[in-house]
Amino acid sequence: MSEFMQLTVSGVFTGMLYALLALGFVVVVKGSGVINFSQGEVVVLGAFVVSWLLTDVGMPFWLGVPTTVAVMMLVGAAIERFALRPLQNESMLALVMATIALGSIIRGLVPMIWGDGLRSIPSVIDQRRYEWFGISIPTITFWSAIMVLVLLGAFGFFFSRSRLGLAMQAVSDDRVAAQSLGINIRLVNAVSWAMAGGIAALAGYVWGSLLGVDSRLVVLGALIFPVVILGGLESIVGAVIGGIAVGLVESLSAGYLNDDLGAGFSTVAPLIMLLLVLFVRPYGLFGRPEIERV
Amino acid sequence: MALIAMETGRFHEKYAEEIAVYGTPYRRIWILAVLAVTFVVVPLVASPYWLVVLTLVGIAAVGATGLNVLVGYAGQISLGHAAFAAVGAYTSGLLVSRAEAPFWVAIPTAMVAAGVFSLIFGLASLRVKGLYLAIATLAAQYIVQWILSSWTWITGGFQGIVFFEPIQIGPLDTTTPTGRYLLVFIALALVVMFVENLMRSRSGRAMIAVRDQDIAAAGSAVSPLRYKLLAFFISSAIAGLSGVLYGYNAGLVSTEAFTLALSVQYLAMILVGGLGSIPGSILGAAFITMLPIFLRDLLPAVGFEFSASVEVHLLTMLFGVAILLFLILEPRGLYGLFRNIKDYFRMWPFSY
Repeated sequence: MSEFMQLTVSGVFTGMLYALLALGFVVVVKGSGVINFSQGEVVVLGAFVVSWLLTDVGMPFWLGVPTTVAVMMLVGAAIERFALRPLQNESMLALVMATIALGSIIRGLVPMIWGDGLRSIPSVIDQRRYEWFGISIPTITFWSAIMVLVLLGAFGFFFSRSRLGLAMQAVSDDRVAAQSLGINIRLVNAVSWAMAGGIAALAGYVWGSLLGVDSRLVVLGALIFPVVILGGLESIVGAVIGGIAVGLVESLSAGYLNDDLGAGFSTVAPLIMLLLVLFVRPYGLFGRPEIERV
Repeated sequence: MALIAMETGRFHEKYAEEIAVYGTPYRRIWILAVLAVTFVVVPLVASPYWLVVLTLVGIAAVGATGLNVLVGYAGQISLGHAAFAAVGAYTSGLLVSRAEAPFWVAIPTAMVAAGVFSLIFGLASLRVKGLYLAIATLAAQYIVQWILSSWTWITGGFQGIVFFEPIQIGPLDTTTPTGRYLLVFIALALVVMFVENLMRSRSGRAMIAVRDQDIAAAGSAVSPLRYKLLAFFISSAIAGLSGVLYGYNAGLVSTEAFTLALSVQYLAMILVGGLGSIPGSILGAAFITMLPIFLRDLLPAVGFEFSASVEVHLLTMLFGVAILLFLILEPRGLYGLFRNIKDYFRMWPFSY
């Protein structure tokens, strides 16, 4: 039983960090309707930038992390301006391929700048584990999860209350109608990509602290899809629930099923869940069920 | 002058003319010339190095043509074609090595297996519109990679290496570069013929109708689900064939051959070559396959040296840059470029 509790709790906390990965994806869907296959790579770029600023440049934590967020927001806006704006009215395939191409560019560029080796991020929290009732959680995971909750609350508030947030919702609902109501679509697209960049900087910091900064972090990108398919492509609450569900599925299958089904089953278990969700509830738990069935 | 003049436009009066393979007499000559060069001239004159390169292009072209049925003609996206190629390669390899089936049984079985396997993922997502197929096939890719690397009772050991028994019938001997070249290009010719004919048939036109306006297609009693699944099946079966050819060419398959990168490369090929065009698939396959060869052999020749590890990263980056440039500058791909040039000369000296 205690093993079960341990797996559940660590699954939930890890799931919050998956939600952070998915949040950047969801923001782009909300603001520009683009399915971004390069969010994983953008997160890796964020991780490398933050590790470079904190170690090689020697910035303190309170300066390095905001600088990374600013840099990555610029990167996000630049991606939108130079790669996606020229493709504004192109087919879905063109947009998907453009994001895949961007991912490929970042994946090639990062090791050319920073080399192939594993880098680390100096920690501001002492690296130990909290112990409650026999359940242990690494301090980094715990505080990151708290940060994610705050961030998600802020974004939820932004999208439901602020003028710009509502404009973004409107654009994702119906571009043409939004434009005719005087919403600046270009601004909204740019802002959503900048936000995704900023979120990727934080995700890069958190995941880089947990696993080490390495280009293999891109595999995390594949976990974004089960999260958002379960939660609904453009729902922030959905990203949290989906993230937690993926964290649980992964943690529990690592604990109970890996021995029977082969090593590494826990990495594909969320993807199997994704397929099941597509069968049963293709628009996710919190998505809008208006998908045309044809 | 009449000999070098080409058609001035297409004015079809009958349905039979519209679906004719040889729209003009010149087309027949062109096709015969291409076949003669491919099957007679090249095997006789090409050096082994170029035969190997062309064989790789041919394998890629088979996969790309298959993917083009799905993406270019039926308008769906798949990020899992490397996985379906893997299913084909492993099915045929294992049938020959364990069940001792002859290759002419193993290869069609492998193609059907790849097609049927893909339907599991297609069914999950084709019920809804849009990007869900891309995401479901991405899941397929990861799941197959995991199965191949961890279920050793299927693949039989470390890195899932399965050896391919060579085919030896006269000149078609896969132990020689010429034999491998012939095998691959015979397969490519059959695939091209099949796809060309498919697109002239009722099913092919139904796929195009579903791509262009699925609701209108449904209104015209063309079932979108049925034709999407058909396109998905055919496309994956051809991808399976591409995997089989890979196995015969390399003499073995391992799990590393069929990663997500290959799936993305297939997509890049049809995008760079031209969506919904068979010559485009082949041009794109040639472009994407030769890009690393060009980088490795040509750039050092002009005095631009770099280490092997940088080369890998440079290639990854250039690959992305090439896709983006084609998307932004020439969405119709290399074939579109070729048509523009051809039209320019056809219309010369008038620009329209």
